[in-house]
Amino acid sequence: MKIHEYQGKELLRKEGVPVPLSRVAFSPAEAQTAAAELIGQTATEVVVVKSQIHAGGRGKGRFVEHPELGGVKVVRGADAARDVAAKMLGSTLVTIQTGPEGKRVQRLLVEQGMDIARELYLAITLDRASGRNTVMASTEGGMEIEEVAAAHPEKILRETIDPAVGLQPYQARNLAYGLGLAGDAAKKMVVFLRKLAVAYDRLDCAMLEVNPLVVTKAGEVLALDAKVTFDDNALYRHPDVEALRDPSEEDASELEAKNYDLSYIKLDGTIGCMVNGAGLAMATMDIIKYFGAEPANFLDVGGGATAEKVTAAFKIITKDPHCKGILVNIFGGIMKCDTIAEGVIVAIKEVGLKVPLVVRLEGTNVELGKKMLDESGLRVTTASSLRDAASKIVELAK
Amino acid sequence: MSVLVNRNTRLVVQGITGKTGMFHAEQSLAYGTSVVAGVTPGKGGEVVLPKYGKGVPVYDTVAEAVKQQGANASVIFVPPPLAADAILEAADAGIALVVCITEGIPVSDMIAVKRALAGRSTRLIGPNCPGIITPEQCRIGIMPGYIHRPGKIGVVSRSGTLTYEAVHQLTTLGLGQTTAIGIGGDPVNGTNFVDCLELFNADGDTEGIVMIGEIGGSAEEDGAAYIKAHVRKPVVGFIAGTTAPAGKRMGHAGAIISGGKGTASAKLSALREAGVHIADTPSDIGQTMLRALGG
Repeated sequence: MKIHEYQGKELLRKEGVPVPLSRVAFSPAEAQTAAAELIGQTATEVVVVKSQIHAGGRGKGRFVEHPELGGVKVVRGADAARDVAAKMLGSTLVTIQTGPEGKRVQRLLVEQGMDIARELYLAITLDRASGRNTVMASTEGGMEIEEVAAAHPEKILRETIDPAVGLQPYQARNLAYGLGLAGDAAKKMVVFLRKLAVAYDRLDCAMLEVNPLVVTKAGEVLALDAKVTFDDNALYRHPDVEALRDPSEEDASELEAKNYDLSYIKLDGTIGCMVNGAGLAMATMDIIKYFGAEPANFLDVGGGATAEKVTAAFKIITKDPHCKGILVNIFGGIMKCDTIAEGVIVAIKEVGLKVPLVVRLEGTNVELGKKMLDESGLRVTTASSLRDAASKIVELAK
Repeated sequence: MSVLVNRNTRLVVQGITGKTGMFHAEQSLAYGTSVVAGVTPGKGGEVVLPKYGKGVPVYDTVAEAVKQQGANASVIFVPPPLAADAILEAADAGIALVVCITEGIPVSDMIAVKRALAGRSTRLIGPNCPGIITPEQCRIGIMPGYIHRPGKIGVVSRSGTLTYEAVHQLTTLGLGQTTAIGIGGDPVNGTNFVDCLELFNADGDTEGIVMIGEIGGSAEEDGAAYIKAHVRKPVVGFIAGTTAPAGKRMGHAGAIISGGKGTASAKLSALREAGVHIADTPSDIGQTMLRALGG
């Protein structure tokens, strides 16, 4: 699960990680008040107005309605903050990560202006090879870490965290000195790193990226940005984090699928698929591509699917206007093929069938399942193998 | 022969009184597995599944199941918040093989478990996996037993139903299996591809190996390096997720392409370079093995 920058910073602030002074604003008037307060607290007129969307590249992004304006704007004075906020709120921001359709900005973060001496990169995430969390740091703040990894892999410093003891002070010192910090700034960096590592652990993060991490001319070390992603499996023990979810940032169909405990991801192709098991679902998408079409979605109905779940899945798939054909591929091991057939039949009777449907069933009660489909009087094509099913649906959907 | 499990495996089911645990304990018994005990804290003294011999005795602790029934393998069906504890309890009771079926365990729990198991002799399979089966001898997990046949092919996979698909193809073509192992789809797990490849490579009866990977992480690349250096038996490979977009978690917590890493194409080229026979589609895994064995 992802959250907004302002929410991430609030969480970090509570954990004792230094972040700049800032306020969230939902209207131009709120932005003006927030800016006035910050100006009063900081003795500088400069504030930064930052669009809050779940996508990176905001600074370089552009608004569809205001092509001259980027997603992050440095302004002088509270009135200027209000004027920029009026343009940003309700407008659509397009960045390299949003896709061409962009995202509507509904919240802003108004933040104190900073006198920046250095911009650094810092992230904590899982290193799957060692099965441990690892801290990555680089002097190339503001750059995407993938670009640094490709061009200058030697510039990425790493320290792996032993879960038995956590990030040790010597590891934090290694990183601080490795980043070229000295004196007071190095000491502040060590404190910053250790608090960040504790926060990562306590909040069950999956990724915590601070890009850039800044050292101000006054020698302060602060998180100027915060991208926090949480481990979905651990959300049950963090209701406070779950409450930060912004449904407007998530795909409506994906949210609906979640309510039925279905794993669904919308894709750009034309063949809708419904499969049991994540690996088989991916493999089914792959074989659709092999036969020359593109999958419209990933959908895993899971191991214990009931007829109701199958019906719900079918409805979600058919709602996609780009869907020109549907492939149902079920390997019923524990799940019985007649249950799947029943779910498909009920769904079609309820929502109708406007596109070709190919069903491939294998496993427990396969003959019964096929018989139910054949006798249903519905226009369903059955298939003998995964290859047969994929080639048939690609042909029928042309 | 087989790897890790056989007729002599004595299985304890952790979470046997739950719906899933009970269902699969019965499936395993019906398959001929020696299910010698169950564990559910607070339900010690009960006997379940009475139609199988004297039934399966339930204990409060794994240690008791080991002491009373000589259990040497465990399968875990407890809910995610309790799973890490169940794994460590089994390890502490001296269980040699722990198979964790539970899906949805927090990553940080598994990081701690992996650290705690380091240096111990207990082998963990999973979590979030279908389990392990040696056909007609021992079924541990949730796979449909009837699709398997005894034979000469070792199967190792990160997926569940995709493994059944591959096994079904093999069996249909007359290619039985020595053992099929599902290592699970989580980012932090116990047994990995390299461990299983080592076991199958050393097993005299295994004549060919099917390895099924998916996007995310670098376990397939590690497997490819091991194959290149050590394995002379034919290996057939398939990687699911060629069409998966970056940054999206494809069902399994571990199946995600992030930061340009873990793509199917990188994994496929590593496998090809190691001399692995790649199945072009998931429907060709069996045929590809048949050809690999023939040539």
